[in-house]
Amino acid sequence: MKAVFLIARRELAAYLRTWSGYVILAVMLALNGLLFNAGVLGGQEKRSAEVLALYFQFTSFFVGVSAVLISMRLLAEEVQSGTIHLLYSSPVRDLEIVLGKFLSALVFLAVMLALSVYMPLLVAVNGKVSAGHIAGGYLGLLLLGSACLAVGTFASSLVKSQVVAAVLAGCLLVALMLTWMLALVTEPPLSEVFSAMALYNQHFKPFESGVVHTRDVAYYLAVTYVALFATTRVLEARRWR
Amino acid sequence: MIEVQGLTKYYGQHAAIRDLTFNIARGEVIGFLGLNGAGKTTTLKILGCVLLPTAGQVRIDGFDVLKDPHEIRKRIGFLPDTPPLYDEMTVGAYLAFVARLRGVPAPRVQARVEAAEEQAGLREVHRDVISSLSHGYRQRVGVAQAVVHEPALLILDEPTSGLDPAQIVEMRALIRNLRGNHTILLSSHILPEISHTCDRLLVIQSGEIVAQGTETELAQQMGTGGGQVEVEVKGPGQAAAELAAKVPGVVRASVQREEGGVAVIRIDGPPELRPQIARALVGGGVELLRLDRGADRLENIFLKLTHGKETAS
Repeated sequence: MKAVFLIARRELAAYLRTWSGYVILAVMLALNGLLFNAGVLGGQEKRSAEVLALYFQFTSFFVGVSAVLISMRLLAEEVQSGTIHLLYSSPVRDLEIVLGKFLSALVFLAVMLALSVYMPLLVAVNGKVSAGHIAGGYLGLLLLGSACLAVGTFASSLVKSQVVAAVLAGCLLVALMLTWMLALVTEPPLSEVFSAMALYNQHFKPFESGVVHTRDVAYYLAVTYVALFATTRVLEARRWR
Repeated sequence: MIEVQGLTKYYGQHAAIRDLTFNIARGEVIGFLGLNGAGKTTTLKILGCVLLPTAGQVRIDGFDVLKDPHEIRKRIGFLPDTPPLYDEMTVGAYLAFVARLRGVPAPRVQARVEAAEEQAGLREVHRDVISSLSHGYRQRVGVAQAVVHEPALLILDEPTSGLDPAQIVEMRALIRNLRGNHTILLSSHILPEISHTCDRLLVIQSGEIVAQGTETELAQQMGTGGGQVEVEVKGPGQAAAELAAKVPGVVRASVQREEGGVAVIRIDGPPELRPQIARALVGGGVELLRLDRGADRLENIFLKLTHGKETAS
């Protein structure tokens, strides 16, 4: 476990020692703030809870995009630059490599989310929102982010190029998001499976209104688990070829 | 220290190495010699527990690469063909990270980093960011990361590749300083570097070991055991070659090339005959410009070994 924190710490420092981390943070927060101003606060009068729900809906999109951008370099860069050989030849398990990488990305995303808290707090200044609603929404964002980061890490383990990794992660996430559409054109029980698999539609909506269901939490944790498990397997398989 | 038996590695249909068998004793410095694509890197990666073999057995310090890779990884320092450096870190921070990753206890990390920097001549760049370093320094950081946890076995894949002549000399000295503390396995396709630093050579070609032994043993195997002398003379080479061939002990003398009135003659015979050869030539009225041992002795062995293999297959 020591190796996990060691790798995570180094990785996190790498986000902060290079421009990429700051660029992702700044651009994502700026766009999110812009959209908050124009899309969420603008338009006709709404109740505070609706404003907040809308905010979480928009932010979930940014979480997905940020997750892809944050995770694309995790393993692809190591392979590209050859530093993966350092990890491979050290007394570290492949699972520890994956967990360390993922953990650093999750912490980075959490920092980004923490920096965005001023927006719901602004809603609270002029309206009436419950702390529970904000907390529930942010828990949802973090869980969604965790699932997206895990999928991104998986994509990053498959290819050498960060750009290809990002495209791949984007495709996987969009596919996972659109399964609810498949659910519309299929018969049960298949439609139920597709609908339960949907990344956003089925499982994130409750979080937007601050409602935390165990099944939604379990869903995001399961996606995270499966993706990280697959990533570990990819790393192990690399040693054979 | 290292026992390798029937080691084979396939990439898809292509066999990168086939049925390699060799042993390396503790404390030896072994040179792994082969042309590009001969299978050196693949072999070293397997020994470094980066890749898994398709078939065969590899035991390092009594541990099997398949069953106890972790135990082996604690005992090796590996420098891949491109040094595995995190560009955004400082040299000191990077070496500390590697030391901790390889299991150096926290209180000793600082001392080990300093020792490794001392060995590799990196003290003055301790605080420098790795991306700002020159190629020679990067290579040295690569060596430092391999020794920072005091491994019993050092695996260096082409440590001198891409270095300029001055840096090559420095790197050779660095590797020479490391001997005694570690068993060292280093690869190269540059011959002099290997003959200068290694106790024993393993010559690999098309994934198979074609010869092993010391430089002299290899020379004897190749029938050039008698050694060679090379002379450069002014004027017609043939006459000089005939003179040289008459010196007792000389097997054969032949004109290698002749241009601009200067001839290069290769004389097969023990290098100890150089004084006699010189006297014979000068006594025969030949203007002697240069006389030395066959400079590229190892080069010849190597080319013969690899070339012989190619024509055989």
